[in-house]
Amino acid sequence: MQSQERKIQAPQPNAETAAFWKAAEEGRLMIGKCNACGKLHYYPRAICPFCFGDQTQLQQASGNGTIYTYSVMRRAPVPYAIAYVTLSEGPTMMTNIVDCDLDNIRIGQQVRLVFKPSDGGPPVPMFTPA
Amino acid sequence: MSIRGKAYIVGIYEHPTRKADGKSLAQLHAESAKGAIEDAGLSKSDIDGYFCAGDAPGLGPLSMADYMGLKLRHMDSTDSGGSSYIIHVGHAAEAIALGKCNIALITLAGRPRSEGQATGTAARTAQNTPDAQFENPYGPATANMYAMCAMRHMHQYGTTSEQLAWIKVAASHHAQHNPHAMLRNVVTVEDVVNSPIIADPLHRLDCCVISDGGGAIIIASPEVAKSLQRPRVKIIGAGEAPKHQMGGEFDLTHSGAVWSAPAAFAEAGVKPGDIKYASIYDSFTITVLMQIEDLGFCEKGQGGRFVSDGNLISGNGKLPFNTDGGGLCNNHPANRGGLTKVVEAVRQLRGEAHPAVQVRNCDLALAHGTGGSLGTRHGAATVIMERE
Repeated sequence: MQSQERKIQAPQPNAETAAFWKAAEEGRLMIGKCNACGKLHYYPRAICPFCFGDQTQLQQASGNGTIYTYSVMRRAPVPYAIAYVTLSEGPTMMTNIVDCDLDNIRIGQQVRLVFKPSDGGPPVPMFTPA
Repeated sequence: MSIRGKAYIVGIYEHPTRKADGKSLAQLHAESAKGAIEDAGLSKSDIDGYFCAGDAPGLGPLSMADYMGLKLRHMDSTDSGGSSYIIHVGHAAEAIALGKCNIALITLAGRPRSEGQATGTAARTAQNTPDAQFENPYGPATANMYAMCAMRHMHQYGTTSEQLAWIKVAASHHAQHNPHAMLRNVVTVEDVVNSPIIADPLHRLDCCVISDGGGAIIIASPEVAKSLQRPRVKIIGAGEAPKHQMGGEFDLTHSGAVWSAPAAFAEAGVKPGDIKYASIYDSFTITVLMQIEDLGFCEKGQGGRFVSDGNLISGNGKLPFNTDGGGLCNNHPANRGGLTKVVEAVRQLRGEAHPAVQVRNCDLALAHGTGGSLGTRHGAATVIMERE
């Protein structure tokens, strides 16, 4: 089954996340990095979820990852593949697998970043088979 | 300090409705409360503690305390989705042990069926959480979140759709004896795996029902329990824990039961092998399988083998579960199944379950819930009860 166009709900950026979505407008996926403990996290936030350090910054992800798990929502008007992708940097993020045959998606598959337009908001990071 | 033996479940009620077109939400809460108070042999004026969650109308317990005319000295609106009411049992026992209240009421009610909610398949739209902007664009619904857990469990442990189907088969064997159950037909493994796919790899019959309804529980001090003419069900252990994405470092093949269950078993001083009956949250078949592993009823990854061949069917298997038919066949009021899990466990301990599913010499039971979403963030709650 080939993936089709689905209306993508617009993310609603706030003061804490504006820089993340501005980078998305420029085609870059950012992950959170804590300057105190050095660990990476996703979704990015002002306070590190590991050590609670308040000096975090955004770091650009390579855009390479591996499918941790997925599910094709067959029951939706336009079937789509939701997934968790583990980025090569470490953190795992929720996403969609797009631009591929939905029947051939597999756990462990290598994927790469693509951005897809949302319905009236910034573009959203998704993945396609590498 | 422990809650072990400090409080008893003295009243239970499961509202018989499964479609409540002609009733309001507040009415369903109050009718459930009335049923449980009468079951206990108490009166409304005896209630001095009240517990409810996000399904109750208004701000915390305020609107329902107003509607029911309760005079309270303790209230708690802890909300962890469908597991809230199992947490409330533990919290009520704590409050009673500390003398903050003497007789506590817990209520649940909802009308998702009358309101035509697409509970499992509608994509999430709420924007009021920090995660929403990083998740909603991808179409997370209820079914596909649990489906991703099932997909990973299958990949990692070799679990099959046929093994998951056995969970529904067992629930249907129990539901045939429950006149209030929404789905009373006994189904086979083939029926389940041949039903339409909702979200890979979950089929329609892997999913619970959408039902209106409600329920209530009364918890009281030992002195009150001993004064009542009902079989005594003692609360001996409770545990609760949230599980979430931990900054992107998480494993979807286990649930928060890996933390809530050991706490409850340690407090109760019993082991999983001692449990005679278990009510296990069954929003989907995969929910049951993962919780069975995490509660310690079998080794991690062996859940598929454990649930197969009728092992969950009362009178047939080693771990009789959800003998009312559970959420998979009987009832999932307000899309929150935790309260009815406690209710059926109490029926079993009292010897008041349907004779066809009553577990013999049932003196130790467990109720466990997962509320929220197994695939993102959820609240796990375990309570262990003993017949005195």
